[in-house]
Amino acid sequence: MKTQLLPAFRLTLVLLVLCAVLYPALIWAGAHLAPGGGQGVTVRHHGRVVGFANVGQKFDRPEYFNSRPSAVDYNASGSAGSNKGPSNPEYLAEVHTRVEAFLQQNPTVKAGNVPAELVTASGSGLDPHLSPAGAYAQVARVARLRRLPVVRVRALVAAHVEEPIFVFFGPAKVNVLALNLALDDLAPLPRR
Amino acid sequence: MNSDLLGILVLYFLTLALAWPLGRYLARVFKGEKNALDFLTPLEKGIFRLAGLDARREMSWQQHMVALLTINLVWFLLAMLVLCTQGSLPLNPDANPSMSPDLAFNTAISFLVNCNLQHYSGESGLSYLSQLVVITFLQFVSAATGIAAAVVVFNALQTRATDKLGNFYQYFVRSLTRLLLPGSLGLALLLVFSGTPMTLQGKQPLVTLQGDSVAVARGPVAAMVAIKELGTNGGGFFGANSAHPLENPTYLTNAAENLALCIIPVAMVFALGFYLNRRRLALMIFGVMTVGFVALLAPTVYYELQGNPALSPLGVEQPLGAMEGKEVRFGAAASAYWSITNTVISCGSVNSMHDSFMPLSGLSQLLGMMTNAFYGGCGVGLLNFFAYLIIAVFIAGLMVGRTPEFLGKKIEAREMKIAVIVTLLHPLLILAGTALATHTYVGNPTEYAGWLANPGFHGFSEMLYEFTSSAANNGSGFEGLGDNTPFWNCTTGVVLLLSRFLPIIGPVAIAGLLARKKYVPEGAGTLPADTATFGVMVLAVIVIIAALAFFPALALGPLAEHFSLY
Repeated sequence: MKTQLLPAFRLTLVLLVLCAVLYPALIWAGAHLAPGGGQGVTVRHHGRVVGFANVGQKFDRPEYFNSRPSAVDYNASGSAGSNKGPSNPEYLAEVHTRVEAFLQQNPTVKAGNVPAELVTASGSGLDPHLSPAGAYAQVARVARLRRLPVVRVRALVAAHVEEPIFVFFGPAKVNVLALNLALDDLAPLPRR
Repeated sequence: MNSDLLGILVLYFLTLALAWPLGRYLARVFKGEKNALDFLTPLEKGIFRLAGLDARREMSWQQHMVALLTINLVWFLLAMLVLCTQGSLPLNPDANPSMSPDLAFNTAISFLVNCNLQHYSGESGLSYLSQLVVITFLQFVSAATGIAAAVVVFNALQTRATDKLGNFYQYFVRSLTRLLLPGSLGLALLLVFSGTPMTLQGKQPLVTLQGDSVAVARGPVAAMVAIKELGTNGGGFFGANSAHPLENPTYLTNAAENLALCIIPVAMVFALGFYLNRRRLALMIFGVMTVGFVALLAPTVYYELQGNPALSPLGVEQPLGAMEGKEVRFGAAASAYWSITNTVISCGSVNSMHDSFMPLSGLSQLLGMMTNAFYGGCGVGLLNFFAYLIIAVFIAGLMVGRTPEFLGKKIEAREMKIAVIVTLLHPLLILAGTALATHTYVGNPTEYAGWLANPGFHGFSEMLYEFTSSAANNGSGFEGLGDNTPFWNCTTGVVLLLSRFLPIIGPVAIAGLLARKKYVPEGAGTLPADTATFGVMVLAVIVIIAALAFFPALALGPLAEHFSLY
């Protein structure tokens, strides 16, 4: 073992340069050509950075399309799921509370039709999306509070539905930040 | 057929279609035959010259193991040093603190052994220097270590009788230069262009559209995520691993990452066939692995698409399936597929939270790690399978009254003992560890209340999962477990060490012993190992061992929870 120690040490140094310096440096250089330049793709609104395109943010004001519950309250300096098991009574009580609150805010939605993602926390706590059903379920409320015709808000959601890739692969979805930005452009947020 | 199911079907067959030529390529690389990346030969020669190594010196199996263990020791010391001092080292823009010694011990071991169990969250637990020099580096070299060990076994299974089994450093360095580095480079660039950050800047503070102040963690993510998947490591840059929208931004990156983590384990099986020129044997192994994989995948996809039965009475509609702990952009099917590929293969990255899966899905994930040989980790999956093969050959030989032989070499008591020890060590570590944890918890539930995020059967499953994941060198978790305590850091650290190196040394030793024996040409008296009949035999051995060892524990955890829910 002793005779192997020195070569092992030297090989480690060489590979450190290769795998932990040169390889990341190459990708770092390539990233400058990518959207966002490797810093993450940010979204601006009226000249101000309001978020990252891919990172979900909290929307709990009723005038916005609300995003999913989050175990980290959408603070992306961390990330986590709730890690609640499917039979945990405390968890089921929490979902029950969320369902009640949602039905109260959205009286047009019938009990039994509350979209699952609106009352369950995502894996990362930073999920940027809703399913189309999750957005459509909120149309009546948003339209009322923004004083917009329901059809216009519905059309806005429809325009923001991202279909499955190549029509066939994966779920359809709606980016909540993009949708709410378009909503703000359509009808500015009423002052509280 | 719906778009979720179609997505995973296409992904699986694409993986196979790419793994076959990759297997042929790997066989050529490790035999030293002409191949597409021969222009890298000067680079490899340069590496050996700088390290002062003679890569042509042939080694016996013992010398291979000494070389492997020595260099692993060097890496361990390096990792401990950096993790314990990262707070005062450069490249730490978010001013994250140094690790406590027990957490550093657990983390260093965990990445050294290709497990990537994480008792910290990347955003607050590591500096960028640690992410690169410890995490990314170990993800490369630990995967290459596993592949090199598997190649020693390939070499030993040839028909000649010899002690000389090639050079460890040669196999090891080639795994890096000809496979892991170029592959990671491609995947990392794809990630970067899909929105994954690759920067040395710290967290970005911002005010959201509705007016909340938050910060967004970043870092050199793309470089690390690529090798995390390709090397079947699994440890995430961020706490949420590949569920994090910066670590895995789209459905396509999800497919690419998922393909990357499956491709080397599958290709290694084919590589065995090309290397030994025994393609039927490789197909038999692949067939057995695939049957096991599908048997675990099918129920998981089914139950996740059905949704949580406890939510429907509350008024929740679940057309997408169970969404707790899952991301909308992947959906339940791709999350279920990911979770099973990541547990049968000892990668252990997650794109959804396993703790929140339905009980029988959790059971399938556990079984994937308990068998640990359906495709398995980079190189080591095949080594685990090899131990099962030896046992199956022996039992089959006894059943039909023939001398147990494998590929023309006699299997005798010594090889059998090693195979049995390696195979039984796995359940022993899992069950003894879980028993110890359960005993400790039950002795003082108030003191250890922070351990479990869920009560009852599911809480037991959390502890069982943690030890299973450690022993399988998997690294995923039922993350509700409060595992950054000296108890969990130390016990799982020890389990990690034992369950990495013994299952490498054992199969390599068996192969080394077999290599020395005289080759007996296969004849009418030989039990052929490359038939479907023998495949059924191997599968039976795997199933029986898993059932005998794990059924009671599984009955107390996921099975009990299932029957309480449905």
